[in-house]
Amino acid sequence: MPFQPIKFYQTGTFTVGNRLLKPEDRSVQSHRDRSNAINSGHRACQGCGEALGARYALDAAMEATGSQLIAANATGCLEVFTTPYPETSWQLPWMHSLFGNAAAVATGIAAALKVKGRSEVRVVAQGGDGGTTDIGFGCLSGMFERNDDVLYICYDNEAYMNTGVQRSSATPPAARTATTMPVGPNPGNEFGQGKFVPAIAMAHEIPYVATATVADLRDLEAKVKRAMEFRGARYIHILVPCPLGWGTASHDTIHIARLAHETGLFPVFEAEHGVQVSALPIRKQLPVEEYLKPQKRFAHLFGAKPKLDVIARIQERADRNIRKYGMVQREEVL
Amino acid sequence: MDKPFAITLDPGSSLANHTGSWRTKKPVYLDRLPPCNNACPAGENIQGWLFHAESGDYEKAWRVLTLDNPFPSIMGRVCYHPCESACNRGQLDSPVGINSVERFLGDEAIKRGWKFDAPAASTGKEVLIVGAGPSGLSAAYHLARLGHSVEIHDAGPLSGGMMRFGIPKYRLPRDVLDAEVARILKLGVTLKLNTKVANIEDSMRAGNFDAAFLAVGAHIGKRAFIPAGDAAHIVDAISVLRSMEGEDKPMLGRRVVVYGGGNTAIDVARTAKRLGATDAIIVYRRTREKMPAHDFEVEEALQEGIMIKWLSTIKQADEGMLTLEKMKLDDKGFPQPTGEFETMAADSLVLALGQDVDLSLLQGVSGLEISDGVVKVGPNMMTGHQGIFAGGDMVPSERTVTVGVGHGKKAARHIDAWLRNTTYEPAAKHEPVDFKMLNTWYYSDAPKTLRPMLDAIRRQSSFDEVQGGLDETNALFEARRCLSCGNCFECDNCYGVCPDNAVIKLGPGKRFLFNYDYCKGCGMCVAECPCGAIKMVAEDI
Repeated sequence: MPFQPIKFYQTGTFTVGNRLLKPEDRSVQSHRDRSNAINSGHRACQGCGEALGARYALDAAMEATGSQLIAANATGCLEVFTTPYPETSWQLPWMHSLFGNAAAVATGIAAALKVKGRSEVRVVAQGGDGGTTDIGFGCLSGMFERNDDVLYICYDNEAYMNTGVQRSSATPPAARTATTMPVGPNPGNEFGQGKFVPAIAMAHEIPYVATATVADLRDLEAKVKRAMEFRGARYIHILVPCPLGWGTASHDTIHIARLAHETGLFPVFEAEHGVQVSALPIRKQLPVEEYLKPQKRFAHLFGAKPKLDVIARIQERADRNIRKYGMVQREEVL
Repeated sequence: MDKPFAITLDPGSSLANHTGSWRTKKPVYLDRLPPCNNACPAGENIQGWLFHAESGDYEKAWRVLTLDNPFPSIMGRVCYHPCESACNRGQLDSPVGINSVERFLGDEAIKRGWKFDAPAASTGKEVLIVGAGPSGLSAAYHLARLGHSVEIHDAGPLSGGMMRFGIPKYRLPRDVLDAEVARILKLGVTLKLNTKVANIEDSMRAGNFDAAFLAVGAHIGKRAFIPAGDAAHIVDAISVLRSMEGEDKPMLGRRVVVYGGGNTAIDVARTAKRLGATDAIIVYRRTREKMPAHDFEVEEALQEGIMIKWLSTIKQADEGMLTLEKMKLDDKGFPQPTGEFETMAADSLVLALGQDVDLSLLQGVSGLEISDGVVKVGPNMMTGHQGIFAGGDMVPSERTVTVGVGHGKKAARHIDAWLRNTTYEPAAKHEPVDFKMLNTWYYSDAPKTLRPMLDAIRRQSSFDEVQGGLDETNALFEARRCLSCGNCFECDNCYGVCPDNAVIKLGPGKRFLFNYDYCKGCGMCVAECPCGAIKMVAEDI
């Protein structure tokens, strides 16, 4: 009989937990004593990807640091829905200052801890794509360049959702937002070269850069834990679908994130000191239509006369990602 | 008000904000009926016992399995596994090898000597069972476990019925059969062999029985009218298979023709080959697609060199020679004669045209309804005569071991209720789980483990078992391929994917609860549940 590696649904695979695994091999999210960094009662929309992504990332960071963690937060949905005065959902020391300075605030906290000799306390900064790729980008680049001991986590939902879905520099081509309406000869957002901050972070040659999605929890947790093994500037970029801004059903958040990866539109990889060290392989490659169709922000590409040329250009981007980051299909059991 | 400048409220946790009030639909946990359980003629809780096999607790798995079926080792060899045909995993890669895991559990039980739990307290009621075949033994097992005293009468010299006298050794080794029957007898069941029940009412009166379950099977080979010369050698398949269990092996000659297209035809052709026939040829009036025999058996027979003559009927049998007529299928798929004839040399002709039931024991019993040579029974398996129940091949149904075992279980439950002057109400069936309700992304690809097969050349000459079993490691692998359709297997997905922490994990074996104070009703837990064990329902407003 040919050798069959024991690789099936229950052990070490894709579900959050598994009764057959040793407790230490299970994901942080499967533990009853996970820190629940964002508590119930927060005011995120139904099916919010960002609320989920932030809890995944921070719970993993809390476990990796023995709960010795301080967070600085940029303005944005994450800040608004967790802290409507006078309530807070945060289960860790958490600080908010301005929209554009989360990286600088975190740098300050790290400096203060250094002065106090509290090297065991670690610092994360977090923000949405607006606070990271647009408004806070100067502070962020400075934090990278100085190699400050901060993990910066960007929750990317590809537009300014909090203020009513305006375009950001992370908005994908052809997407409809309040400021890129699907009218005229080139409907939706422009086909620019985009601003892919993970690649810019790699250009700073900081110790650790990674991307992840809320669809692959184990991958996300592994990357957060890996990031906490380094000192110096680290950056994790997590794709968090937004049911409101993307026009998707609230129960489809994880499904859409999964499709973003499986179509190749969102590359999931990690890099150390400016060099890519791994890519999460695509299990079952799908055409980009599968990802675009369920989203109302791309509805203008379909309908009676589908804009096949635009879809083809988006497919090209996906194909380029797959080549560039080596997201080859995983060989499962033969 | 003693608060800092511009502050008017006390700081507090967001737990004060009950976001559950946003909800119009809510998720609820449920168990759905997996397709394997739904398809099993013996009503096994397959998903349930695989669950224990997955964790390597084979004894628990065997105990759950044998709540419904006392013959896992036999089933793992002779069952046609409709469960696997229905298995949702078949739509993903290939069905879970339920049958091979069942065989592994059964063999493990024999090897390790696991015994059934002692029967319940005696009820003082006595039940007569006629026939020690799969149905009768199954009923005896269940009745004994329910605390009734059971006596089986069988006309034959050995127990097992068709499992011994109809199924060849190369499919069901007799030590396996003996071991599983002996385990049932150890429950205190009395077995009287060579005891033919001539009249059921007399036997019941003589033994003072409170109820009877008839499962005499169908042992009389059907004859077809074939004009035959004096010296033509014609026998029926069931006699051939039965004589295999005696001292005198049947004499069939070098060239054996079997007439029929069912599993018995295949069994007898393969037996003839093993007895030394150079040619064993099956003559069947229709095509392979229309053949009632199971395709894998046809395939195994062809591998062993059995030849099959399709679209032919036998018109005349003479010494050493048969006359065949070619057939063709009409528009409706029925065979029609063509008027073209051919001859075929044959030392003997074996008729495998089905079997009839010997109903002589029912003579004079009032209230019975008999049609097409079988006894009609109600939904509770009782015949038209109060206190006489029947099952297996002698009632209208598909004639397989598994169906017989299922009848035995069902009858036992109704007999038990009848003896207690109540009626047995089976629990309401859960709603079925459809492949579309599963989120199969979470299951990794894992193709089915194939069981080793005996070499073709040894299969042609010996009665060694053809199909091997799995060993511990690949049986575990196979069990773990189960998708657990419709039944929570505690993968923690709902607990992990809720953006509102509104799922409470209760700990191992206790599953989960929703915290409806905070559940916003987004439905992510339903969408990401791998096995379809959560559904959204409208909120009561």
